[in-house]
This record gives sequence, C-alpha cells and structure tokens, in this order.
Amino acid sequence: MSDTMARPDLWKEDHVEGKGLNELTTLNLGPTHPATHGIFQNVLTLDGEIILDTEQTIGYIHRAFEKIAERRPFYQITTLTDRMNYCSAPINNFGWLMAVEKLLGIDLPKRVDYMRVIIMELSRITDHIICNTIISQDAGATTPFLYYYQWRERIYEIYEEICGARLTTNMGRIGGFERNFSDLAWERTRAIIKELPAALDEFDKLLVRNRVFMDRCINCGPISAERALAYGFTGPNLRAAGVDYDVRVADPYSSYEDFDFKIPVGKSGDVYDRFTVRQEEMRQSISIIRQALEKIDKIADKTTYHADVPDWVLPPKQEVYNDMEALIYHFKIVMGETEIPVGEVYHCVEGGNGELGFYIVSDGGRNPFRVHFRRPCFIYYQAFPEIIKGGMLSDAILTMSSLNVIAGELDA
Amino acid sequence: MPAFTINAERDQLAIDRLTEQLGADGFTHERLYDTMCFVVAKEKVHETLAFLRNELDFNFLTSMCGMHFPGLELELGAVYFLHSMRNGHRIRVKTHVSLKEAELPTVTDLWPTANWMERETWDFFGIDFVGHPNMKRILNMEDFPAFPMRKDYPLEDPTREDKNDTFFGR
Repeated sequence: MSDTMARPDLWKEDHVEGKGLNELTTLNLGPTHPATHGIFQNVLTLDGEIILDTEQTIGYIHRAFEKIAERRPFYQITTLTDRMNYCSAPINNFGWLMAVEKLLGIDLPKRVDYMRVIIMELSRITDHIICNTIISQDAGATTPFLYYYQWRERIYEIYEEICGARLTTNMGRIGGFERNFSDLAWERTRAIIKELPAALDEFDKLLVRNRVFMDRCINCGPISAERALAYGFTGPNLRAAGVDYDVRVADPYSSYEDFDFKIPVGKSGDVYDRFTVRQEEMRQSISIIRQALEKIDKIADKTTYHADVPDWVLPPKQEVYNDMEALIYHFKIVMGETEIPVGEVYHCVEGGNGELGFYIVSDGGRNPFRVHFRRPCFIYYQAFPEIIKGGMLSDAILTMSSLNVIAGELDA
Repeated sequence: MPAFTINAERDQLAIDRLTEQLGADGFTHERLYDTMCFVVAKEKVHETLAFLRNELDFNFLTSMCGMHFPGLELELGAVYFLHSMRNGHRIRVKTHVSLKEAELPTVTDLWPTANWMERETWDFFGIDFVGHPNMKRILNMEDFPAFPMRKDYPLEDPTREDKNDTFFGR
C-alpha cells in the first residue's frame, strides 16, 4: 500500500469529482437495515467506499396522522402524537395539548406548568440517552448502549407510576394532567436527579475524551450553521452547528421563562458536537427538573393537577353517578361535544429533535378542520445526502444516528 | 387568554413594508391569535416571500403545508410559516389556487428546506410547484391514484357496512 492510500484526505477530492479510477457501485442501505435504526432507504452511489450520491426514499411507516386527525375529536388526537417521536412521547403529547389550550384560551396554574416541565425534561433525557448511546454503538462502543439504557428504564418507571404506560404515555389532559403524581413518582424523580449526574459523568469519561471515539467522530458529517439554517435544522443538531436557537428560550411555553438554564452550542456541527451538545443538554435538563421540584415544593397547594376547566377534564367517577352537572360534563367530554372556537393556531415546543410544531385550523366542529405537524426529523433529514457526500460509508451510518432520525416522526 | 406574546411592532413593520412593496390591495392581513397572517395572490407569492426573506430578515422557513377548502372558488392553498430568529418574530403567508390550475412557484431557491415540504404538499394536495428540482411523491407510493389530504378523499372505505355511524357521525 502506497503512502497516498493511507491518507484518504489526499485522494478524496478526485473521487468526488468523478476522476476516480474505480467502477461506481450502487448500494441499497435499507429499507430495513440494522444500522439505520428505523425504516428508511438510501440508495447510495459509491466509488469504492466514498459516497458520491444518495437517493432517499421515505414513507415506509406513513400512517396518515394528519388525515386521521381530521376525523377525530381533540382528545383522541393526543394518542396519535406520541406515536411520532416515540423516544420522547410526553413532549409530543404536551405540545399538542398546549396547542389546543392556546386555541381554547386555557391558562394553566403554575404547579401544572412545572409538573409538565419535569415530565418534558425527563423525556428529553430519554431521547438524548437513546441518541447518544446509539452514536456510541455505531462508533463501535457497545457498552453505553446496553449500560445507560437502565436510566431510560428508570424514567419509564416514573411514567409508569404516573399513568400506567411506558412508551405511549398520554398522561396529559387538556388543562393539565389526568391525575396527580403519587408520592412514589415524586420519590423516583428525586432519586433520578440525584443519581443521574454521576452516571452522565461516567458516560463522559468513557467517550468524550476517548481518543478512538474522538478520531471517529470529529469532522464526521459536519454541517455549517448557514446550511443548517437553510435546511431548517432545529434542536440539538442546529445548536451543534453553532446557532443558539432553542424554542424554550425563544418562545417560552409552560413557564420555561421561570427557569435558569444554559443552551449548549457546538462549533462545527459534526457528530462529536452533536454528541457533546446532547450530553450537556441532559445536564441542563437535570438542573431544570431540580429547579422545578424546588418551585413545586414552595407552592402550598399540593392537590392541583389541572386548570379549572370542567369542560375538558373528566369529573371523578363517583360524582358522575351522583351529580347532574358532573354527568353532563362527562357525557360532553366523552362524546366530544364541547364547544371549540373557530380559529387557527400554531404552537411549537422544543422536542427531542428540535422545534416540534402543531398547526390547528378549527372550524368550530368537534374535529379540527386541518392539522399539520411540523416534524423536525422530516425537515432536516433531507440534508442527509449533502452532509454525507464525499465521506465514507461508515461515516454515513454514524451521521444518521447522530442526526437522531426517528422513523415515526419522519413519516408521521 | 393564555399568555402568548404579540409582537405588534414587528407585525406593523411587516405590514408597512409589504404595503410599499405590493400596494395596499396587493395583500390582506389578519391577526389569528398571536400570529399575523398575510394572504397574497399566487402570482405574487414568490415575490412576497423573497422580499420577506431578504428585506425583513425572515431567514427561516419553519414549515409549509397545504390546505383544502371545498366550496371556495380557489379551493386549494398553501401556508408558509416564516420565522425571523433574530427578531423573534413569526408570521404566516397564505396563498390560494384553484383546483384546475393548482400550481405555485417553488421557493426552494430561497430556502432549500422547502424541497421536501413542497413534495409533501404535492403528494397530499396535488399542488404542483413549478421549478422544483424533484417534483414527485414523498410519503405515499409513487403510483398512488389520489391526493389523499383533499377533503373529498374518504378516510375509510365508504362501502363498509359493519359500522353504525348514526350517533358518532363518522
């Protein structure tokens, strides 16, 4: 092997411009491939191991959520949203519920806002754990993927205690929650806040300054801030490119303006920056949860878990059987007969992958007239061919996992 | 009402500048909740969006989607969600097209991210984006026979007889 063969950077340029000597290969990456973590196809044109061109095919798990939503009452759409980004389902749920609350003009008590913040930050942590452990898995380190999933499991135990479900939670209601958190749920939240920082430090020690991991990830799949904005990037992927845009700060919702936290930004937008931005975001999430717990402790009222909106929150069952008014509300909610104003709103939240937007057009009927979900994955995944062009095939795999493309969110 | 913020100053600036550019009858505007929505004719939509991007700093196309209002003369439409990150200002620009001439100019030259959004709008509403580099279906299969998000496309098989929908209106 000559010296030039050992230095890919010397001969890469020629190959990208088609001056290479090798015959081009077409390779199907996907639709189902263990390394793509989801169902999407990339037809790659390769010169040796260098990617020249990519053609993407998506839509393998398209479930027509926007169409189905046009035929469902508002409550029944919540269960569609958590099937989009199932790694951080509660954020999707609450994003939708907040959009509906904006449409209806419901103002929430602070305690409910803070409870939502806790759940949303917990689910951001699960989302980032999944993404970062998968990055390490695809970079060749299997340990974190198996070892740090226990923290995701611990968070799912909190969800389980609150609503009984783990993955598709649906714990929210229009105006708040379905029920108050139990003592055990609070206890588990406090425990995780105490123990997770040490685990994150350990995760950092394994990878962040690990020579092998750094060589693998630095300069792998970079994108400039300018291109990232042009491609509609949001969330950790945009921040890794150096733009400090975070919906929680830019358009605070659910009382995020009460919290003190930092927005980590990267510099080069490569896999390493995306990894480290997510690591730091998990720490910031822990800090936000800690602040939220303190704020909730200061609120004397321990029983409020939803706003005073009898039109939308089911009355307790014993009242339904004994009280005329409760029975009427129960009937109206279950049958979807509550009045809804005519109007259109767009509400966005900071999802695991970026700005998750909900656009509702209501004509006053029991179903929304039109619903549009702004799914961050769908919007930034189109930049994938440009990011991986001229790189190695194995870099493409790593880039895809670092972009955290969730098939459910991509296809809706 | 919940505490959403209205950026009245920037809204007014956008209205004033657009009036200069398009004339007072070149567009209509109305505030829907916290966001100012502009409606422009389809001939003017590219010019308007380019103006908003270049002159008023709307550097970010948040999203874009189609609409269908059966019964109107111009049944189909598209909504562009623009965001000026520097000014923390969001607006929506809407345009309407008829079913027969369902065509709009592409904005992929302004924002590359519009590529897949326009393909999605074509896929679901059948609005053709003139000048788009790769105008084909994206989420549905390529030989899908209809534009499923149009209101006349049934969600369920209309010949089904096993469901009684008298009370639920489905």
